[in-house]
Parts: sequence; C-alpha cells; structure tokens
Amino acid sequence: MIYDVLISPFTEFEFMRRALAAVIALALGGAPIGVFLMLRRMSLVGDAMAHAILPGAAIGFLLSGLSLFAMTAGGLIAGFTVAILAGLVARNTELKEDASLATFYLASLALGVTIVSIKGTNIDLLHVLFGNILAMDNPTLLVIACNATITLIVLAVIYRPLVIESVDPVFLRTVSRAGAPAHLAFLALVVVNLVNGFQALGTLLAVGLMILPAGIARFWSRDITGMICIAVVSAIVAGYAGLVLSFQTKVPSGPAIILVATLLYMASVLFGSVGGVIRQMFPGRHLEA
Amino acid sequence: MAAQLQFRDVTLGYDRHPAVHHLGGEVAPGALLAVVGPNGAGKSTLFRGIVGILKPLAGSILTGDLDVRDIAYLPQTADIDRSFPISVFDFVGTGLWRSTGFFGGMGDKRAREKIAQALAAVGLSGFENRGIGTLSGGQMQRMLFARVLLQDARVIVLDEPLNAIDAKTSDDLLALMRRWHAEKRTVLAALHDMDLVRANFPETLLLARGPVAWGKTADVLTAENLLEARRMCEAFDEGAAACVVHDVPSRAA
Repeated sequence: MIYDVLISPFTEFEFMRRALAAVIALALGGAPIGVFLMLRRMSLVGDAMAHAILPGAAIGFLLSGLSLFAMTAGGLIAGFTVAILAGLVARNTELKEDASLATFYLASLALGVTIVSIKGTNIDLLHVLFGNILAMDNPTLLVIACNATITLIVLAVIYRPLVIESVDPVFLRTVSRAGAPAHLAFLALVVVNLVNGFQALGTLLAVGLMILPAGIARFWSRDITGMICIAVVSAIVAGYAGLVLSFQTKVPSGPAIILVATLLYMASVLFGSVGGVIRQMFPGRHLEA
Repeated sequence: MAAQLQFRDVTLGYDRHPAVHHLGGEVAPGALLAVVGPNGAGKSTLFRGIVGILKPLAGSILTGDLDVRDIAYLPQTADIDRSFPISVFDFVGTGLWRSTGFFGGMGDKRAREKIAQALAAVGLSGFENRGIGTLSGGQMQRMLFARVLLQDARVIVLDEPLNAIDAKTSDDLLALMRRWHAEKRTVLAALHDMDLVRANFPETLLLARGPVAWGKTADVLTAENLLEARRMCEAFDEGAAACVVHDVPSRAA
C-alpha cells in the first residue's frame, strides 16, 4: 500500500522519474540562492525578477512557438538585462536595489504582456504562467541539470565575497574589488534559477522553490551553512511529496509542490527550534550564564 | 620620510556640497592621529575618502605605495547587518581576507590560532560560536577590533571607535591603538573625548567641515580653536555659489 502510493509512481512511469530528477536539480540550485535572497532581504526581488523573465520568454514564444529552448534563451536574456540594469542603477545612483528593480520589472512585465497579446492563445499562456513539470522531456531536463551545476560552481566561487557583502558591505569594499562582480554574478544566478524554475513551475511559481525552503531553513538553523543544507533538503522533500500528491489526486504538479512547501513552512513557523512560535511560548528554564 | 597619506587640497562631500573643504597636509608613517570636531564636521567623510569608498569632489588623497588591503577601516557599527547568521569566529576570520582571499581556508590550524589570538587580545575568548546578533555594543566593537588586528594593515582608520563604550572597554581598545602605534603602524581615529585625546594622541586634526587646526595635540586643542570649530554651520546651502578657491594655504603641521 505505502509502496503503491510513494514509490510505484516513480518505478512505473518515466515522466515521473524525469519530474523527480528535475525537482532535485531545482532544489540543489535554487534553494541556496533562495537562502541568500532571504538573508539579503531580497525575497520579493526574486519574485519581481520572475516577472522580468516574461517578455524574453514571450519573444521566444512569438518567434518559434512553444519551443523550450527559444523561451529559455529569451528568458535568460530578458532576466539578465533587467538584473544587470537594476544592479548598475542601484550601485551608481541613490536609488536602492528594490526600487530600481521595481521600475525595470514593471516595464518588462508590461512589455511581456504586450508581446503575448500579439500572438498568444490562453492555453499556451497557461503553460508559460504555471509550467508543467510532468511534461518534461530529456533536453529540458538536461538544461535544468546543467543550470543547477553552473549555479553550484559559481556560488562556490563567489561564496565568501557574497557572505561578506551581505553582512558588512563596507568592509568588503575596503579590502577587495570583488563586491560588484560577486553581486552581479549572484543576480545572474537568480535569473538562471528562475528560468530553471520557470520550466517546471511557470513564471508565477518559479520563485517558490527558492524562497519557501529558505524560509523553512531560517527556523531550524542559526548559521548559513546549516540553512543552505536544510533549505535544499526541504526543497527536495517538498518536490517529491508534491509530485506524489499531484499523481494521486490530479492536482496540478506546480501548485502541489508549492503547497507542500507551504505546509512545511507553516510547521516550521510553529515548531521550529530557532524562534518558532511554540519554542517562544515554552522556552524552558533560563540558564545560569 | 615620505608621507603615508597626503591630502592635496582635497574637498570631499556629497552631491557637490563639501563636507570637508580644502584640506591639505600629510600624515607621516607611524603617526597616531586623532581626528576631532563636532558632529557633521566631516570626520567620517574624510575617512571614507581615505579608504577609497568616496571620491573627492576636488583635489586628491595620495596613498603612495599602499594597496587597498594595506588600509584597515573600522566604520561606525551601524553599517553592519547584525541579523545575518554568522558566528563571531567567521566574522573575525574575514579579517584574514588578505591571506585567504576567495578560497583560502579559515579552518586550518594556523588560521584558527590567529583568530583565537585576535579574540583573546580583545577579551572575547569563548565567544567564537556566538552569533554576532547576540553581542552587546561593547562586545561588537571588540570584535571589530579583533578583525582589524587580523587585517595586519599598515594604516588603520577607526571611525568613532569609542562611541557608547564603557571605561574598561575604552581603556582596552586604547591600549590596542597604542600597541599599533608602537608597531609603527599609522593610526587615525575619530574621537569626541578631548581629555582622552590629550592623554593618548600626540597629533590631532581639528575639523569643522574643513581644517581648523592640525598639529601637536596641545597646540590644536586650544580654547580658541575649539570655539571656532563649535561655530561651524552644519547646514548645506542650496543657493551657494560654485567654489573657485584654488590655492588655500595648507594648515599642515
């Protein structure tokens, strides 16, 4: 019985195996990025960026229909353009990153909707907006795995300046010129992972497997390494459980994954060992020193 | 001996408004220099110019053969995100950037010993695994000093290092500054306690949006000079004309 529910969907159906491989890749790349987004108070920036991808994906769609390659390439270009322009404006003017990004993403969202309205049908658009992880083919899976690999390698390279820039940006500026390149590389990684998520979860939910696991991790660990590990594991768990839920109940896969992640998040808010509600209500006797 | 830092009629400020107007002079290698002046006098602005995160509006600051990593800068604590989940050990360890760079380990024995020594020097042994968000103001300042220690820099720039610090911590941190001075490092510190400056700093620069006096502390901190500094007008004048003064005689010692 348990085997039938939890295991057999993956042993019997290839599309389920591919979907599982995809969520694992998404979790490995996206969750660490989500942790940094959260710690840099950029959670909503990730969401804004997800919208910024839309016009690029729409142009790809306009040029070659529902071709994943064209839409991915378009999404990457649009996302990078917005990220880099917003980053440059924030670094070189008085405008903060969130405000500068808001203007750019609104512009690209408007542009995207305009482009889609030229050629799109509602059914095609549903695919763009919500993705379809169960319809994943091998080339798409390879793109996702490739992006996750690039993410982990680049993150390893920029990890130290990224951490220092998050906690004490002035210090980094006085010891190294790595701050700006690291910051831009980080924004690029955000885009890469949003495009990744967009394949599986669509533009509206792409940021979900980045931010929700990060939020979960905040309630279980006090240090950033622990947070990253917990975020990755919880993203994988949510992805797996979401796929099972989707398979057994016919709930669309993207929302199912995000809803499971939301349940994990709510449980963490309640029971988390670091600042969880119950922990705060019953902290135990205070210590002597 | 060649100057460690040279101010060449430098003007620093924000949005065309000068916060430090026409400063000229030199800081000798190994100097122990107090920078004093009222709030808004331009002390922090000057320091930001020295460490290169603020470009002069006019003139220049020459740092000779100093590399960016030869200058250690302790900003006012407000610049640090204390909610970031990082331990005291890791935070202080970032002071080793010069030797570790992007990838060098902080976990090997030599690095661990250095970090432990720096923490011991500021009285924070045993705090290694504490999150920086749990530190008091004084402990935070000690931790920042530990990081400066690890930076092993030739020039050390301290922006109001003794603000809201109790007497004991203040004494300990002053001892560290004297130690750096004895090690022939150049130390610049922005301070507000004139008695403390008189007792510990041989040289003082009195600022009030421009140099008022610069030289031996006893000569600088006179009642007349301090009164002049107090009369400084803090506000920017939006209607001010463009400054055309090119040659202001240096008030350097």
